[in-house]
Amino acid sequence: MSGAGSAFEREGTTSGIRWSFASWWGTGLVGGAVWLAVAAVTVLWREVIPLPYGDVFAWICAAVAAVLFLGAITGAPGRIGRRLRNAGPWAIALGLFLGLWEIVTAKTGRLPLPFFPSPQALVEVYVDDWPRLLDSLGASGWLLVRGFFFGALAGFSIGLAMGWWRRAGYWIHPVLRLIGPVPATAWLPIIFFVFPTSASASVFVIALASAFPVAVLTWSGIASVNRDYYDIARTLGASERFLILKVAVPAALPHLFVGLFMGLGSSFAVLVVAEMLGVKSGLGWYLSWAQGWGAYANLYAALLVMALACSTLITVLFRVRDRLLSWQKGMVRW
Amino acid sequence: MVAAAALRPPEAEAASGFGIDIRDVSHRFVLDGKPLPVLDQVGFSVEPGSFTALIGPSGCGKSTLLRLLAGLDHPSEGQVLVDNMPVGRPDPSRILVFQGPTLFPWRSVRDNVALGPEARGTAKADGARIDEVIRTVGLDGFSSAYPHQLSGGMAQRVSLARALVNDPRLLLLDEPLGKLDSLTRLAMQEELVAIWRRTGLTALLVTHDVEEALFLSQRVIVFGPRPARIVATIEVDLPYPRHRGDPRLAELRREALGHLGLAESW
Repeated sequence: MSGAGSAFEREGTTSGIRWSFASWWGTGLVGGAVWLAVAAVTVLWREVIPLPYGDVFAWICAAVAAVLFLGAITGAPGRIGRRLRNAGPWAIALGLFLGLWEIVTAKTGRLPLPFFPSPQALVEVYVDDWPRLLDSLGASGWLLVRGFFFGALAGFSIGLAMGWWRRAGYWIHPVLRLIGPVPATAWLPIIFFVFPTSASASVFVIALASAFPVAVLTWSGIASVNRDYYDIARTLGASERFLILKVAVPAALPHLFVGLFMGLGSSFAVLVVAEMLGVKSGLGWYLSWAQGWGAYANLYAALLVMALACSTLITVLFRVRDRLLSWQKGMVRW
Repeated sequence: MVAAAALRPPEAEAASGFGIDIRDVSHRFVLDGKPLPVLDQVGFSVEPGSFTALIGPSGCGKSTLLRLLAGLDHPSEGQVLVDNMPVGRPDPSRILVFQGPTLFPWRSVRDNVALGPEARGTAKADGARIDEVIRTVGLDGFSSAYPHQLSGGMAQRVSLARALVNDPRLLLLDEPLGKLDSLTRLAMQEELVAIWRRTGLTALLVTHDVEEALFLSQRVIVFGPRPARIVATIEVDLPYPRHRGDPRLAELRREALGHLGLAESW
């Protein structure tokens, strides 16, 4: 990969001087043409029902087209160029999808409103309603961070205790077996009764949802550590503290990360439900609010933000894992 | 016993190794609720600073004996004395080197070697010593490599360094070369002898390889099938460095195989 990449860079710099046609990036050319076409269709083709923000959408498409054309002409050199090249086929696909979407909604009205808003309707939401979306994103993020943090911490501690102390395992295991498989949302009536504020109840629901997979996988990770590691550390003079922190935990780390990924996934699932009850901000709340008003453009806009946010969080967790588990070979990358 | 001491190579430091005394040791595991005897009334002693090999059929309890000496298990009956003291908890002065390298995969070579000092809180003070041992086993330049990047021989060297950095007085080797290819194995045998001669520690080696046992050690103790008893003791009265083609080794080999019931294959 890196070898081929450096070859590209060298080619890029020399061709930058000579401007030979052969060094152009063909995919970029096609992609730019597609995005430019989307912009043209948006501006030139009359809409069934006139919509605002068509021009903003067209400008966005034109800007993407410009970037792709620039990459095509320069041959997309350097690190950014390499990423652009990698995204090239997707840029074409995405452009085609947007064009089709534009045509079947705004231009021909083939798909029924209000369930299928046009791309410019989404642009409208982002332009007009961004303060509320941003606020919701912030509220959801903060809720998720707190819930996931406490859930992961609790799950890790429980899993560690179960894996390390037989007595802890004896008492916790049946409880975990009983409570774990019950969806966290099923506890909502009790949780809202027990917790003083709906905000703290929401945090707890998310913590509950993420704690279970983290606990089970930490436990199985600790339990599956090669016994020889402990014997070796003991003969070298290790204390129990050292055995836990420097042997058991690092050895169980790959399992722990699987648990964290699963916990993060289930915390996303619970987030929407937790926000639909009680709280007055957050993406889940925004979704149910938009649905209640039949504002489907807002609904899709918020869904898109949520999808991007979740995927960003998973990416961050993968980065952390890649750093901590760089000693592993043959790791799955995100 | 006296003969073994006399064979001690002259260039070694004043013997700093521990003596071993094993008195009527029997050991049982409990398997499916039934006791499984692995050692039966085993008794022998080892001179400080000597090199002794234990051979016998697989699963006969030799490795168990090493675990008893390391303090990882305790005998069902009898006494295990190291340096005239009953073995209690595991201690860095008695180190067991396992069959596989069993390095910690999340630690670099240097951090693996530094494990003992780190566990005792002396990693900083022992920094120079750690680097020195890594050089001794021929791994300088690989300090920051991770175990999965090493070959089998290199990994086994790291595990040897991890033991040696603690200046053990008794080195318990449980088939340490068992998983290596034959060429690496021969090279590592020479290195083991060199390290033993230089440090003056007591070495106790469990192996399946009769030639390895005879080439390395001053005395070979032959065990019978489980529950293990001592079948024979062979004194290897050859000076170091030894030569693999030595006719005396071939003679001793025939004798050892005879004790193991494999004389016909010769």
